[in-house]
Amino acid sequence: MNAQTQPTPLVEMKDVSIAFGGIKAVDHASIDLYPGEVVGLLGHNGAGKSTLIKVLSGAYKRDGGTILINGEEAHITNPRDAKKYGIETIYQTLALADNVDAAANLFLGRELRTGWGTLDDVAMEAQARQVMGRLNPNFRRFKDPVKSLSGGQRQSVAIARAIHFNARILIMDEPTAALGPQETQQVGELIKQLKAEGIGIFLISHDIHDVFDLADRLAVMKNGRVVGTGPVSAMTKDEVLGMIILGKCPPGAVPGPGAMAA
Amino acid sequence: MSQVAESGTAHLVAVESPVKRFFRATEIDTRLLGMVGALVLIWVGFQVFGQILTGEGVFLTPRNLWNLLVQTSAIAVMSTGMVLIIVMRHIDLSVGSLLSFIGVVSGVAQVYWLAPWLGSDNPFIWIAGVLVALGTGAVLGAFNGFLVAYAGIPSFIVTLGGLIVYNGAAWWVIRGETVAPLDETFELIGGTPPGAWIGGTASWVLGALICLAIIGGIAMNRSARARFKFPQRPIWAEAFLIVIGCAVTLGTVWVVNAYPWPAKIAEAYANDHNIPIPPEGGEALNYPHGFAVPVLIALAVGVVMTFLATRTRFGRYVYAIGGNPEAAELAGINTRLITLLMFMTMGILVAVSACITAARLDAASNSLGQFDELYVIAATVIGGTSLAGGVGTIYGAMLGALVMQSLQSGMTLLNFDSAVKDVIVGSVLVFAVWVDQVYRRRQS
Repeated sequence: MNAQTQPTPLVEMKDVSIAFGGIKAVDHASIDLYPGEVVGLLGHNGAGKSTLIKVLSGAYKRDGGTILINGEEAHITNPRDAKKYGIETIYQTLALADNVDAAANLFLGRELRTGWGTLDDVAMEAQARQVMGRLNPNFRRFKDPVKSLSGGQRQSVAIARAIHFNARILIMDEPTAALGPQETQQVGELIKQLKAEGIGIFLISHDIHDVFDLADRLAVMKNGRVVGTGPVSAMTKDEVLGMIILGKCPPGAVPGPGAMAA
Repeated sequence: MSQVAESGTAHLVAVESPVKRFFRATEIDTRLLGMVGALVLIWVGFQVFGQILTGEGVFLTPRNLWNLLVQTSAIAVMSTGMVLIIVMRHIDLSVGSLLSFIGVVSGVAQVYWLAPWLGSDNPFIWIAGVLVALGTGAVLGAFNGFLVAYAGIPSFIVTLGGLIVYNGAAWWVIRGETVAPLDETFELIGGTPPGAWIGGTASWVLGALICLAIIGGIAMNRSARARFKFPQRPIWAEAFLIVIGCAVTLGTVWVVNAYPWPAKIAEAYANDHNIPIPPEGGEALNYPHGFAVPVLIALAVGVVMTFLATRTRFGRYVYAIGGNPEAAELAGINTRLITLLMFMTMGILVAVSACITAARLDAASNSLGQFDELYVIAATVIGGTSLAGGVGTIYGAMLGALVMQSLQSGMTLLNFDSAVKDVIVGSVLVFAVWVDQVYRRRQS
């Protein structure tokens, strides 16, 4: 996918910085995302991938930098704002309320209500059955708190929540970390399907194989700074490992502020 | 992975015992059943023990059970709020002191401000007294909530401070005096005067309405599920729930109606209404008490709070925050506002209890509500609320309050020393929580 031929990016994060008590978790990072594109975000634990993405999803307030959505400046200071822009996130921790059931988690913060203003649990369960049927046809435990579900089932609840509300931008933070091989493959299929629908996806992973399989472009972060970004097709796995470990930007990628001085 | 789990359960269903199938079909919480069992054990135990010790078991008499319900009301009302506070992983230690402060403020308002101004028999006074109480409760509860949610001070500290502050403030308002008597209509809230008993007919009508509500609720749930073609509970399970619900309701009505008015009050009433008094005396007139006003208030609060907890977004958010505060925040829930509102609700419930307590004594003093925070928390915890947050039910807490009060009044009836009572109540609390923990570990 060639970025230059596309008119406006879906998301453009420019010079985003955030510090926690003097430690620069993200330092002038810039990344972008186009419709129907999967951008892999790679890096060690603590490289700043999750933090950068949490700025976009509204979980953290950035100290500096701008975020453009469809070319217009977006004001994102909390998760509600992000959802208004169609940004949905599957967090690494899944961010599920363990003590309530799948439907309650699916609609958390966006509950369906009856004409009386009360919760319409039946309607929510109906939609939950629909979306879960698409993701995980064997799922039956709609009455149980999600605490009692298996890792894969919990993961599918978190994914269902992200795709059920017509997301335009999807952030997936280690979406396959808790999954077995078969379910990992299902998630891969889902990503391809969503991509075909024109949704832009940020895929965060430290599994380089996942990213090579699914992403169109990738960005590597190290110590809070972007080492480089470029199309997956222009890089080898070894080169990407070099970016992750050493911060060495290969010729196929555009170097960022974190690239090792050549 | 999921397929294995699913077929695994299917296999279990096939071989599960009738008892297990029964509980799954009726969706009865087995822990609720344990609590009911404990309650029955306590009641029968005191009855038998009383029979052995004094030759006369008085625990299981309509009179005692009626009193038990009235005595439970104030704690039960507050426990409905405490459940949700604890579900949110907070605590409110200030409810006892707040109760005495609110009681004193409302008492002073009635007796020293409003009565001289409006005349002591003005029908507006009791309404004003209640509104002053509710307003004070809402404002102070919201203030607690503000300090917890927005200033980020742990609720344990905020409300521990509140416990001391409101205790001092209550004394400061009336300098240790007792404000009495309160407005006569206000007194009805406490359930002591004859006007505060709704009588036999009204109680039966109310009981019938509750039964209709139970049947209607189950039918509505069924039709809603049918609309979406969801799996239904078996008909026999629904019927069983209806029968149990109605039996408990009508049984309670029967008990409160089986307690006749005291002889003197019945005679006075008969004289006023030109009814001939039978030669056996007033008791023979057999005017049933029926439900007392504070019990009705507690029931209404229980219904409203259950509705709030299970049918509204607010309740859903309270549980979600308790289950995973970070997830709730990430889902876009305004967790701070919900926290503030929850503490405000607690304040309002404390005000309701303050009215009940002050009206029952027909007096307001700064000793009202002493140690109530401990009883309320104990009732809530006995009622199955997990201190780790996320888990707890309103009806459980109210049952817990009934368990606590049953222990207290049972021992009072047997003339236990109050020091011994404290030792036993405290031990029962710890024991109950231990049993619950063991049970939960076995379950998982």
